Amino acid sequence: MAEVGQDRPSTDSADHIVRFTNVQKTYDGEILVVKDLNLDIRRGEFLTLLGPSGSGKTTTLLMLAGFETPTHGEITLEGQSLRSTPPHKRGIGMVFQNYALFPHMTVAENLAFPLQARHMPKDEQETKIKRALEMVELGAYGGRRPGQLSGGQQQRVALARALVFDPQLVLMDEPLGALDKKLREQMQIEIKHIHESLGVTVVYVTHDQSEALTMSNRIAVFNDGRIQQLAGPEELYEKPQNAFVAQFIGENNRFGGTVKEKSGNVCKVALDNGDVVSALAVNIDGDGGRTSLSLRPEAIFLDPAAGSCENIFDARVEELIYMGDHTRVRVDVCGNNDFIIKVPRGASHVALETGTKISVGWRSEDCRALDAA
Amino acid sequence: MTATAESTESEFLSGNNTLKSRLRRAERMRKLWALALIAPMFIFLVIGFIIPIISLLKLSVEDLEVGEALPRTVEAFREWDGEGFPPPEALEIFAEELVISDENKSLGSATRRLNYAFSGFKSMLKKTGREAEEKLVGLPPDQILDGFIAIDKDWGNPEYWLAIKDAVGPLSDFYFLWAVDRQRDEEGNIIQRPEDQSIYIDVLLRTLEISIAVTALCFLLGLPIAYLLATLPPSKSNLLLILVLLPFWTSLLVRTTAWIVLLQNQGLINDMGILLGFWDEPLELIRNRIGVYIAMVHIQLPFMILPIYAVMKGINPWHMRAAESLGAHRWLAFFKVYLPQCLPGIGAGILLCFILSLGYYITPALVGGPQDQMISFWIVENMGRVLNWGLAAALSVILLGITLIFFFIYNRFVGFDKLRMG
Repeated sequence: MAEVGQDRPSTDSADHIVRFTNVQKTYDGEILVVKDLNLDIRRGEFLTLLGPSGSGKTTTLLMLAGFETPTHGEITLEGQSLRSTPPHKRGIGMVFQNYALFPHMTVAENLAFPLQARHMPKDEQETKIKRALEMVELGAYGGRRPGQLSGGQQQRVALARALVFDPQLVLMDEPLGALDKKLREQMQIEIKHIHESLGVTVVYVTHDQSEALTMSNRIAVFNDGRIQQLAGPEELYEKPQNAFVAQFIGENNRFGGTVKEKSGNVCKVALDNGDVVSALAVNIDGDGGRTSLSLRPEAIFLDPAAGSCENIFDARVEELIYMGDHTRVRVDVCGNNDFIIKVPRGASHVALETGTKISVGWRSEDCRALDAA
Repeated sequence: MTATAESTESEFLSGNNTLKSRLRRAERMRKLWALALIAPMFIFLVIGFIIPIISLLKLSVEDLEVGEALPRTVEAFREWDGEGFPPPEALEIFAEELVISDENKSLGSATRRLNYAFSGFKSMLKKTGREAEEKLVGLPPDQILDGFIAIDKDWGNPEYWLAIKDAVGPLSDFYFLWAVDRQRDEEGNIIQRPEDQSIYIDVLLRTLEISIAVTALCFLLGLPIAYLLATLPPSKSNLLLILVLLPFWTSLLVRTTAWIVLLQNQGLINDMGILLGFWDEPLELIRNRIGVYIAMVHIQLPFMILPIYAVMKGINPWHMRAAESLGAHRWLAFFKVYLPQCLPGIGAGILLCFILSLGYYITPALVGGPQDQMISFWIVENMGRVLNWGLAAALSVILLGITLIFFFIYNRFVGFDKLRMG
């Protein structure tokens, strides 16, 4: 259970740029904010640390940046231990939640700051600043002060400043948190493109799962100081390894039940109301153990033909919520009256009305039997 | 159809007009309310501050004492071109008025004023006044000057007559010139006052010197404290803030006298130092510049700390981390990112501290020696003991002028709106 989805340290150092080995962190000496973290960050990847607040993801980032020291364990960058390297010698770019642009300097001076700290010749500085500003499409804004820019523009400047000195690794701590939804989505794509064109390694912290799914090569889902699962977006969404990940990423219908019998990777689960469901055995203790079943709302068929799915049950429509491109149907099935079905627009051939009886079905491979948590 | 459209439009317009006038009425009521609210303070300010200040400052350019005692003489002396001696007609009028004022005993303030020009003028005038009736009145015009000289031979010196002409008023630069150690000679040129009367330029420079030194010391001591206050966790910074504010809330006189207790020859510091063997003879810590600096810096520190602290409190603490992540050492980050953002607070603290230091009176008077008295001391001295209100007023105007200049510098570079006191 503990090693679910975690990369064990491998011996070759060529493909990873950062390695966390048995890292622990406590602030007060009582509660571990980060518990035994083992994580390899691959060169050139876009890795997102995703989790609710207090899950340890930001602490992990700050330890990597050098603003917090691990209580135990070791972090290496390019094979070198970071234990005694102060933040300014790590050469890691960082984009902060509130941008942290220097208000008394112009945009160009903000960008020049990391270059001056590295004693770069003036003309070389100018070339780099120009290139970085053009990359974020702010070529004409070098003379402005951060206060004269919009939130989105400030965010771009912060991004350009973190990249202008060509770091191998860039950390981003919820950089889009302060932007509105539309701008945020636009910036997500832009950051993704910049990442792809520069080939820089990005470690991105967010609590927004759709942001994580949009941008990342890999996502590490944090909860309670541990990585719950580390996988690509598709795998994470479609094959969650435990109940927390299933719940946290995307929408999810849950049933509590007891494992009756397991044959191969399929198991029979007796739900609390007595119905028996056939499900994919992913993370269960064995016969008689408690489990929670996870089922995506879009994996459910309305009025399926007999024999087309392993699980077909009668349901009662409780509520219809029109969402434009799809309709959310809340039904009462198998003792769960908060069971959500997503019906794409025009896809339903059943007349749906509140109070009607319908039959719903799903395949056993879409229904994942996970830990009971 | 058209008709209805027009009528609704005109209704709308007239409705709009009444709306406008209603808005104006409502606004007027609000303005009246605002005026009524500030009126008591404003009236108090005018009666209690502006009028007395203006009437006091007026004294610095007025020269009315001689004119009040000898009104006709003043008229006659104004006609005189200042060459040689005044004409006999003027002297006659002078003699007559001396007789009258001697009877009325109304010569007092005029003699004091003329005595500022030449010491000894006072007794000479009194003597002349006493003897004018029998020795001067009725003398033929060509003998009257000799009559004056017969009473006191100094009347033979034209400078005394010029001094009277110089004091005819009603306006004069006499006190202002005195306040910068200058006076006019017989030809009306501005010249240096005699050495023994030239103290005010020194006093002025000393005032500036003490103020600058106190401000610099406050800055050096206050900046780290303000930084600590702004960066410590609230539980600790609140305690520290109370330690800063506690003396701030204590009476200035109490704090100054406390320093006397501490610093005097048999005071706590000297006793401790001798007891512990750090020094054998009591150190001179009081009645000199050291005492003035110690006490003034202590009193002025909160005025430096609080504005800097207020600005530092508003600086995003992530800026330092951002600077470090960009490759700057902690010190470079502090000097290039943190400190420049503190400048409004530092400017406020320095100017506030400096301006307040300029007007110090009690502290130097209590813990300083004779060579440590600032301009306020001499204003009080002239006002209260010497009773030379004109000179006191001129010194006050100079002090006020310097203060205003720094206020405007402050406003230009920092802005009054940025004045924050924590």
